[in-house]
Amino acid sequence: MDKPEAQSDEGKITINFGPQHPAAHGVLRLVLELDGEIVTRVDPHVGLLHRGTEKLIEHKTYLQAIPYFDRLDYVAPMNQEHAFCLAIEKLLGLEVPKRGQYIRVLYSEIGRLLSHLLNVTTQAMDVGALTPPLWGFEEREKLMVFYERACGSRLHAAYFRPGGVHQDLPPELITDIAEFCETFPKVLDDIEGLLTDNRIFKQRNAEIGIVTRAEAEAWGMSGVMLRSTGVAWDLRRAQPYECYSELDFKIPIGKNGDCYDRYVMRMEEMRQSVKIMQQCIAKMPPGPVVATDHKIVPPRRGEMKTSMEALIHHFKLYTEGFHVPPGEAYAAVEAPKGEFGVYLVADGSNKPYRCKIRAPGYPHLQALDHLCKGHMLADVSAVIGSIDIVFGEIDR
Amino acid sequence: MDLTELASTVAAALPGAVKSSKVALGELTLDVEAAEITRVLTFLRDDPSCEFKVLIDVCGVDWPARAKRFDVVYHLLSLTKNRRIRVKLETDEETPVRTAIPVFPAAGWFEREAYDLYGIMFADHPDLRRILTDYGFSGHPLRKDFPLTGFVELRYDDDLKRVVYQPVQLVQEFRNFDFMSPWEGAPYILPGDEKAGETGKKA
Repeated sequence: MDKPEAQSDEGKITINFGPQHPAAHGVLRLVLELDGEIVTRVDPHVGLLHRGTEKLIEHKTYLQAIPYFDRLDYVAPMNQEHAFCLAIEKLLGLEVPKRGQYIRVLYSEIGRLLSHLLNVTTQAMDVGALTPPLWGFEEREKLMVFYERACGSRLHAAYFRPGGVHQDLPPELITDIAEFCETFPKVLDDIEGLLTDNRIFKQRNAEIGIVTRAEAEAWGMSGVMLRSTGVAWDLRRAQPYECYSELDFKIPIGKNGDCYDRYVMRMEEMRQSVKIMQQCIAKMPPGPVVATDHKIVPPRRGEMKTSMEALIHHFKLYTEGFHVPPGEAYAAVEAPKGEFGVYLVADGSNKPYRCKIRAPGYPHLQALDHLCKGHMLADVSAVIGSIDIVFGEIDR
Repeated sequence: MDLTELASTVAAALPGAVKSSKVALGELTLDVEAAEITRVLTFLRDDPSCEFKVLIDVCGVDWPARAKRFDVVYHLLSLTKNRRIRVKLETDEETPVRTAIPVFPAAGWFEREAYDLYGIMFADHPDLRRILTDYGFSGHPLRKDFPLTGFVELRYDDDLKRVVYQPVQLVQEFRNFDFMSPWEGAPYILPGDEKAGETGKKA
């Protein structure tokens, strides 16, 4: 391990940023080499939140592995579960009923709002604005209540299951989400009013951390990072999954590839998400929310109490779990932070043989050295804010 | 051009590098010679029929029963052709794989991770340090022969006033249930069956 030196050359210093630093967005330790106030090298040390998720998943049945995905990018839990469920469904050839698809999309977009609200407002906080996080977190709280009302918990949902979602939404919840969609754009306007034309915010973010298309491709960037360079690439459009192809929404793309563009794009993406949610609510057909193949999907609880066959299925699926035929699959979703992928290798047993989690933040953080080189020390926190990193998914 | 056509184009353009190709579940997988990986990745990135310019992921998979126990799996994405491809190669603990950094700078951390978790070596990697595990960690935790509980655990020592490592002590042994059903042809002998010998095997 290389040890950061306190002082190396004349005017050149090495400083330790984090792991406990409010602008580090979690437990990020950066070893920064500075020449005066100019950053010459950034060496991120990650892994402080490493929990061995992939190893644990190899020792759990497919159903037991789902809650681990909530703990990856913990600001948008359901989007992660989604990728894992899609990978399992791909291997099993399982079809999700229409209503299940719409509920999944509805909650994926709620996840996007949760993530972007946190990111945009804390990015503002990193550069000195204290009000946006207070306003944004109020809305996040409402969204987490929607999570709770659907699945019983605010954060660790375990709501998306192979074949659909765990339970249907109560009708009052759907009305409340529709009501939220009416009032939320007003809050976005308020936050934008604080930031978009704010001179300080612009000075701190415009032309900072510029990425070009070639760089974004070379560094494996996805999501907002890639789109900020002007590439119209969104998995919801390019490789549509669930019912995204039936919905009408726009993909905002950036022009300059800097931190300010990424902020503006996230704001616009939230407006588009609200639009998607409204369409989901309007179009949501009645019917089952989860596939009816009881060799994979456990029966309803009421059914289990009265039917012998359902009881057997219930017992088998909650102890042994279902077996997945041998094979490998890669499934990706457009998570709020970029392409979140799951590479699943199945060996025919009831446990994944290998489950590689491809977190979007991982290559983004890797590119931090590239992004920050030549910038001032104070810009590092602006760049970290705008690449949107969460350590749950990076350290795994 | 569909995936099978793409596979044959790549195989024809890279004689001796592509061992086999497979299309399953709508995904194309190329098995390549480990020594040729740089040539394969460069071709896939630069050829106008491929344009796989984004490296999505590099990861290891452990198959301890094989002579070359590790798979290194590369996932590539083409933004222009809207297509994905998976490239696989085999290696063992000693044989290093040439790093993909000259082709895709993004490979750096993914290879560090594969090294950290599996002990797969990458030749010419400029910075092959551990990435996810603790400073001073030993072993490669994602190998199949590494126990889930690990070997050491952390504790704050009040006398030394710092965190210390100590051998892991479990109050209860980790329970790994065996769900393989003997009725579905599980490849083992039930307790007691070994006494039956040859004649008993049919039952």
